[in-house]
Amino acid sequence: MTVSSGSKVEVRLPSRLGFEKVAMSTAAGMAKMMGFSQDRIEDLKTAVAEACINAMEHGNQMNASIPVSVVLSMKPDELEVKVMDNGVGIETPTPAPDIDRKMTGEEEARGMGMFLIQALVDEAEWVSANGTEDQSFVRLVIRMNKENE
Amino acid sequence: MQSANKVSQQQLHGASGREVTCFHFTGDISSASKDAIVDTYHALDKATHKTILLDFKGVEYLNSSGIALVIQVLMEASKSGQTVAICGLTAHFTKVFTMVGITKYASLYPDEAAALAAL
Repeated sequence: MTVSSGSKVEVRLPSRLGFEKVAMSTAAGMAKMMGFSQDRIEDLKTAVAEACINAMEHGNQMNASIPVSVVLSMKPDELEVKVMDNGVGIETPTPAPDIDRKMTGEEEARGMGMFLIQALVDEAEWVSANGTEDQSFVRLVIRMNKENE
Repeated sequence: MQSANKVSQQQLHGASGREVTCFHFTGDISSASKDAIVDTYHALDKATHKTILLDFKGVEYLNSSGIALVIQVLMEASKSGQTVAICGLTAHFTKVFTMVGITKYASLYPDEAAALAAL
């Protein structure tokens, strides 16, 4: 099989927890075909899973009949992943988790998904549905060679 | 769609001679794992189980909701004066646990043997 830049794969998932693993496996398979290292593939898997879970929970409110669409696009030396849902989107990413505040109960134990996404991929952009975008989405870019390493 | 997770409990001894209660997890650790992680922890007598080792060697999938359950155990254990250690994480999840600050409240060891040697 020839791996070519520009190849695109789309996966549609029911908004049901557990199905994020389908997108995660698809992304991992594509990254492997492109020659990503195993540690970059692990970063990608976690970021894609967290993006899908956020889309199911916050975007589609766990309505299993509303799909989460995941579009994976191969580009030279990078993989772009767009995860789309029917929610209103978010304006600003959540701050980094504060483990001390979590340990005292001042901050919820949950709520680390967006932080992990930002920390593990090279680009993460959240776009809300508006006049030009039909759906809210998060767009992730992961490069074969992580920046700043 | 979420795979079942299982937990088995074992009483071990650390190199210092102290008793270590080890939870071995398998399968997925996610929001559906409250029974496996939190409820199993709640079933312990906090007065007699002072050192707890969470072993993730058999875990196939772990997400932020699962990590939040681990933090919940750390929080309750801290209040009860228990020590929690963690072992068996992959290199990737060792990095993730470090990123979110868990290492401030629990030591990470590559495997059960390394953990017991230090406990």
